[in-house]
Amino acid sequence: MSLSDIWDVLVLGVVLGSLYAVIAIGYTLVYGVLQLLNFAHSEVFMAGGFGGVIALTIFEPTADPSGIQSVVYILLGITAGAALGGFVAFGLEKAAYLPLRRRNAPRLVFLITAIGASFFLYNLAGKLFGRYPIPMPSMYENRRLFTVFGAPVSVTQFLIVVVGVLMLVTVDFVVNRTKLGSGIRAVAQDPEVASLMGVNIDRVVSRTFVLGGLMGGAAGFLFGTNLQVDYTMGFLPGITAFSAAVLGGIGNVRGAMLGGLTLGIVESFTVEIWGDAWRYVGGFAALVLVLMLRPTGILGERVGRAA
Amino acid sequence: MSTRLEKEPGQATAAEAGPPLLELRDLHVYYGAIEALKGVSLSVGQGEVVALLGANGAGKSTTLKAASGMIGPRSGQVLLHGERVDGIASHELVQFGIGHVPEGRRVFARMTVLENLKIGAYRLRRPDPADLDRVFTLFPRLADRRKQVSGTLSGGEQQMLAIGRALMGKPELLLLDEPSMGLAPLIVQQIFEILREINSQGTTLLLVEQNASQALQLAHRGYVLETGSVVMSDAADTLLSDPRVRAAYLGEAIE
Ligand SMILES: Nc1ncnc2c1ncn2[C@@H]1O[C@H](COP(=O)(O)OP(=O)(O)OP(=O)(O)O)[C@@H](O)[C@H]1O
Ligand SMILES: [Mg+2]
Repeated sequence: MSLSDIWDVLVLGVVLGSLYAVIAIGYTLVYGVLQLLNFAHSEVFMAGGFGGVIALTIFEPTADPSGIQSVVYILLGITAGAALGGFVAFGLEKAAYLPLRRRNAPRLVFLITAIGASFFLYNLAGKLFGRYPIPMPSMYENRRLFTVFGAPVSVTQFLIVVVGVLMLVTVDFVVNRTKLGSGIRAVAQDPEVASLMGVNIDRVVSRTFVLGGLMGGAAGFLFGTNLQVDYTMGFLPGITAFSAAVLGGIGNVRGAMLGGLTLGIVESFTVEIWGDAWRYVGGFAALVLVLMLRPTGILGERVGRAA
Repeated sequence: MSTRLEKEPGQATAAEAGPPLLELRDLHVYYGAIEALKGVSLSVGQGEVVALLGANGAGKSTTLKAASGMIGPRSGQVLLHGERVDGIASHELVQFGIGHVPEGRRVFARMTVLENLKIGAYRLRRPDPADLDRVFTLFPRLADRRKQVSGTLSGGEQQMLAIGRALMGKPELLLLDEPSMGLAPLIVQQIFEILREINSQGTTLLLVEQNASQALQLAHRGYVLETGSVVMSDAADTLLSDPRVRAAYLGEAIE
């Protein structure tokens, strides 16, 4: 590999990694407040992809959009994706997890419910939207925008990184600097005492799901802008992002970001060196390796602590 | 509030026929099949310090939990200013002016001192910066350590933080569950001084303690719990000189 190849691959990895990071936040936030591995989060991501496609299909982008039109389409897609993602996450918590919490169900029941909800949601999407991929309406000409040390960056890639970073900065701010954030951190550390401080646990949990859902949904749309969406699209990015959350230290918001970026870059280099068939092997090998050396992940499992 | 403090608080509530600040009526509380409280009744008047004594497992913590809504009674009533509040969840009950310093301090260990105190004011729409100053004046040691992660504080400092955190919510009634647990005598002394100060500033205290002598010196009145029932209730001085109390909680032989 020449130096310029390395740059190309690195840029691809960062793009992929920022998507994983955004999805991973959803896993880590929910784990933080409920110690629940919400496997259905991959379907929240998928819903976001469909949300974007549906909104854009309704508004039908013109064939040769101007710059401003492109921006409007993109914002529309992100908003619709985030909205549907947030809505599905909200409904998921209310329908699947809240009843279990009311009954003080054992942890295993939550896990099985999460897997069941995931099956339910993606089969529902398959029923509603068909089993064939739906192409994303074209919103802009995906030309090369600029180069980073010789590595080309396309409009889509630029978009993913910029929106991804904005979302990561926002969620970091929310968790560390807002009232909702202090509620989230308090519930993550000691729910009983949090409620003695006046924190409404049910509300904090619900909003945590919505926060993760908004991000996961937007990520689903961004992922779809590459090509298409389909009902199974959540599975592999979802499980990779879940691994990213574990890699960074589950429950730890900045850890999820770091883990996502790491897995994106590792995956990108794996594909470059060994070919596409090995795509997910590199990332998972990295996960196993890190967990063997450091079982709590890179930044450590720190529920309720954002840094 | 402050005018009542000039009088002897215990008598003040008796004299004014108005309802006490907190009243528990015939509370029965269960953990599964275990009956932890078997008909506990007690009252705390505005401005009072009331001590709740009893052996391990007598139901002291459970009584406080019932008062702050952490656990619902199967029967009986919890009244605040004469209004029934049993059945209200703890996060809503704090809005009625109840602060609860739980057993074992339970500070948010991975947050800093300052973050803990800020969460104490969570219930308030617009926290008053003066409250933070007030806590730091009461507990200067916390002011020095405001950026320290709470899990690394000493036991005494964590207890101060737990009390400070509860004060940040501006409680009218403060429930304290064994604030002296596991602390050196000098620190215990300090904590009790500060509790006296907090009470003189107008906050009513219901104090659970193993340290009966300290608690009764601070309190106006006291109750003694035994296996889920109140077995004695009297003025603090009377309890302090009662041979049964001295034998059971102050380690003296009965003459
Ligand atoms: N979560 C629980 N589940 C089951 N039983 C409980 C629970 N909490 C308390 N109990 C039981 O209820 C009774 C009263 O407990 P409580 O904690 O109120 O006692 P306490 O007077 O505070 O004791 P200590 O001085 O040891 O703190 C005990 O018999 C205890 O075993
Ligand atoms: Mg106790």
